[in-house]
Amino acid sequence: MDWAVVLPEAFLFLAALLLLLFGTLFERQAARWVAALAVLALFVAAFLVLAQGGEARTAFFGQFVVDRFSAFVKVLLFVTAGGTILIATGYLQDLRLERFEWPLLALLATLGMAMMVSANSLLALYMALELQSLPLYVLAASRRDSLRASEAGLKYFVLGALASGLLLYGASLVYGFAGTLSFAGLAEAAQRGLSTGALVGLIFLIAGLAFKLAAVPFHMWTPDVYEGAPTPVTAFLAGAPKLAAMALALRLLFGPFAEAAAEWQQVIVLVAVASMLLGAFAAIGQRNIKRLMAYSSIGHVGYALIGVAAADQVGLQAVLVFMAIYVIMTVGCFGCILMMRRGGRYVEQIEDLAGLSRHQPMMALAMALFMFSMAGIPPLAGFFGKLYVFLAAVEAGLVWLAVVGVLTSVVAAFYYLRIVKVMYFDAPAQPFDPLPRPELHAVTAASAVFVVGFLFLPGPIVDTAQLAAEALLP
Amino acid sequence: MDASPLPVPLSAYLTLAAVLFTIGVFGIFLNRKNVIVILMSIELLLLAVNLNLVAFSAVLGDLAGQVFALFVLTVAAAEAAIGLAIVVVYFRNRGSIEVEDISVMRG
Repeated sequence: MDWAVVLPEAFLFLAALLLLLFGTLFERQAARWVAALAVLALFVAAFLVLAQGGEARTAFFGQFVVDRFSAFVKVLLFVTAGGTILIATGYLQDLRLERFEWPLLALLATLGMAMMVSANSLLALYMALELQSLPLYVLAASRRDSLRASEAGLKYFVLGALASGLLLYGASLVYGFAGTLSFAGLAEAAQRGLSTGALVGLIFLIAGLAFKLAAVPFHMWTPDVYEGAPTPVTAFLAGAPKLAAMALALRLLFGPFAEAAAEWQQVIVLVAVASMLLGAFAAIGQRNIKRLMAYSSIGHVGYALIGVAAADQVGLQAVLVFMAIYVIMTVGCFGCILMMRRGGRYVEQIEDLAGLSRHQPMMALAMALFMFSMAGIPPLAGFFGKLYVFLAAVEAGLVWLAVVGVLTSVVAAFYYLRIVKVMYFDAPAQPFDPLPRPELHAVTAASAVFVVGFLFLPGPIVDTAQLAAEALLP
Repeated sequence: MDASPLPVPLSAYLTLAAVLFTIGVFGIFLNRKNVIVILMSIELLLLAVNLNLVAFSAVLGDLAGQVFALFVLTVAAAEAAIGLAIVVVYFRNRGSIEVEDISVMRG
């Protein structure tokens, strides 16, 4: 077996073990070092992925595959996860939550996500998904003295375990009726035509993945978990795991089940429309900004699923571009939310942002950029993400789906713009505490620069997304 | 599937697994009493899946399904450990593990 294929994952795993040893030896003083080294390990892993080159190779008897698609998603995953760990450290210090376990669990969850992206059999898919989920349950409940955080952890655990159960039941049915666990074997079986049992299994698989993506009707955990979990954990949950789950869904639907597109397309269309509608309307009455971000993420998953429903290479490329823009934008947006500290306490109501432009004009500007971008207002990055998926839908003949997308974007623009209005036109509240945290400001600024700069330099994302789409769907 | 190694037809195993799975799902949603019952329901879901996998594995004459079942058992143990730990943390904060009490956040 060629170990070079799994080098980035093997490196991350060894790094996690070494950091665990380091953390246990030096206890509290180690926390900041472990966080820094975890970020370093993620960036090194991203370089290792780039160094692997582009050709498709498998390992572990075909259970694990690397190609341009996995490389694209993994680099994005590692960069987003690293950025989130960076912006988290200051908040964790303030809440006396700074322990070395935090970055370690995030590192292990990221390892699970990377393996999800490379999974090439139902067994590998399940193991990777659990490696991603289990650390996230712990992270959500990591603030042990908070009732809200532990409730969030409990809800996330119960519904996450239910999702795993649905997915597994689907996997068992697909295995039984198609006769194999490997994606290559499933693709052959799908060419011969899938039996009803295997199709029922596929629906269960999609339901399990929809849970992980927080798509309607499997979204009910999202608002509570986003609100209750500590803000850095929410930032982590909103970015990388969404991207990994979407990549897994793409690999599954466009790989072994590409022949069954006519069957799963209807399900995806339904889920996409329901997610967009709920994301647009349920967020209108929210006062807590983390809860609002939860509904916003549900809506964004709906838009991404439009591209999946197109079920062709253009749609695949559109989803990748959309998700890349979405995760980078989300990290920056949560960077702003993590700056909302007043009198030593972190606040998370929307009215706490009132009049922000008078006291902290740069933070208000960054937040306004992210809100405009999420609302999809040109010329910011979020607009292009939506444009790509809507165009893909139109080209695939799903014009009405694109129309629903545009209409729900207009409704959703209401609550994004309301935040901008509160920041710029409402009577000022007390100013936020100045936070001397270069890493937090740097990550947020980098994200803001990306949101503005995508217009001038879309190439790196759009072109590599096209190569990735070609690798998965030739 | 004439030379099935199973003593009863495959459909019997599948039906049993489907019934167990349904009981598990209903146990999670209809149960108003106790979080521990939810943890038990989750185990029931995973056991239903294992039954499916092992029955299919025997009929197909393919060991991969049984290997999968072993992996599921291992992960289920880890999952139960984490679930119980979270329940303990929750109980310390709330002083109750009644399902009806898990409702600080709503809307």
